[in-house]
Amino acid sequence: MPLTDTAAVALARDGDSDAFRGLVERHSRAIYRLAHRMTGSPQDAEDVVQETFLKAYRQLGRFESRANFGTWLHRIAVNCSIDLIRSRKHQEMGHDAADLEVLDGNTDQRVDPSPERLMLSSEVQEKVTRAMEELTPMERAAFVLRHFEGQSIEDISRALGLKANAAKHSIFRAVRKMRLALEPFVES
Amino acid sequence: MRDTLHLCDDDLVLHYYGDMPSADEARAESHLAACGACQASYTRLQRVMAFVDSAPAADAPDGFERTAWARLEPALHRGDRGWLSWFVLSPARLAFAAGVLALVGASFMAGRLVPRRPAADAIQAKTAAQVKEGVLLVDLGEHLDRSQRMLIELASAPPDNDGAGPVDMSLEQSRAEQLVAANRLYRQTAASTGDAAIASLLDDLERVLVDIAASPKTMTPEELDSVRRRIESKELLFKVRVMAAQVRARQRQAIAVRSSQSTVGS
Repeated sequence: MPLTDTAAVALARDGDSDAFRGLVERHSRAIYRLAHRMTGSPQDAEDVVQETFLKAYRQLGRFESRANFGTWLHRIAVNCSIDLIRSRKHQEMGHDAADLEVLDGNTDQRVDPSPERLMLSSEVQEKVTRAMEELTPMERAAFVLRHFEGQSIEDISRALGLKANAAKHSIFRAVRKMRLALEPFVES
Repeated sequence: MRDTLHLCDDDLVLHYYGDMPSADEARAESHLAACGACQASYTRLQRVMAFVDSAPAADAPDGFERTAWARLEPALHRGDRGWLSWFVLSPARLAFAAGVLALVGASFMAGRLVPRRPAADAIQAKTAAQVKEGVLLVDLGEHLDRSQRMLIELASAPPDNDGAGPVDMSLEQSRAEQLVAANRLYRQTAASTGDAAIASLLDDLERVLVDIAASPKTMTPEELDSVRRRIESKELLFKVRVMAAQVRARQRQAIAVRSSQSTVGS
């Protein structure tokens, strides 16, 4: 019978690397999904998974056994993703008008007239992925934290090192771009 | 916001996420109930958000759990050995430390003996960057050479192990584990400095190394052949060889630049 997370953490704390391997195998896929959403890149997502488990391993002593290991890991992964995004903050490009024009110009080419095909989840995934690719790293992180992670604007601004107003405007811009890219499909 | 005014897009976003102050929230509710245009716009927003929610998140590739562990395990053990042993184990890092110490010593003496000038500071910073780049190039060159040796050994081993059955991969595995950890650092450095060609090659190399590190202790001849085919299909060995040569050329260039600067400076 597989070990529970709590039992595996207890063994891993005592240096049992097989127990930690079990935790990695159980949770790495979910952490990858989160990291991919946050960073938008498979390679960055892999790096975030690595950093997350490395940090978790080093901080196992601080993990409280009553807490949920998955939730704890999830929080570390969000922080690792944010660290990565913040380290690339200087690469962030200008947005709004120019970006929206580019996005607007591309939208027509992406309209798929077949509603049946849109029902396919891979098709939906592709369209959402493309729309999210148009977001800057900061907009993407702010949007993922607000929309998928349900974090408050205050928490997001703290996490991303932005003023609350800037965090809020990152979310506004992200939603505006998502609407521009996806409304044609939703309305068809 | 007055309840007679239409809600702008940003108001709708705040309303959607429940981020409006409570007084504005009540006015937004009553306006939406009375205004067809705002209601239609809000419905469009809700539809887009529902569309976003219906998209499954990108999934990791098959066997990701196995490769994640293969990447992670060497780093965990490195932590166990302690920072000093990790540092001492690498001659290139020792060279780097020596370079930094020499630089710090020289800066200290220069600061004591001569008044500081902005131009001197700039030269010092430039020299430090050159020393650092030179040491990193040496380190990367060694890494590429080690990787190349391993790929050659794998690619040139007898194709079916002379028909002798399973092939013992434990040695290759442990070498691959060490190379994966180093490779990741170089790849990240290359990506962050915008060296796309090196980053891309190191990415290809890492995937093969991770496969080897995560493989079973023994491989069937067919499994070994599959690893070989992967090396050959990406022309990895050739690319690593070319990159190693380029890195050596850059090393020589860096040395030449430093020598000419020291001649001019003396």
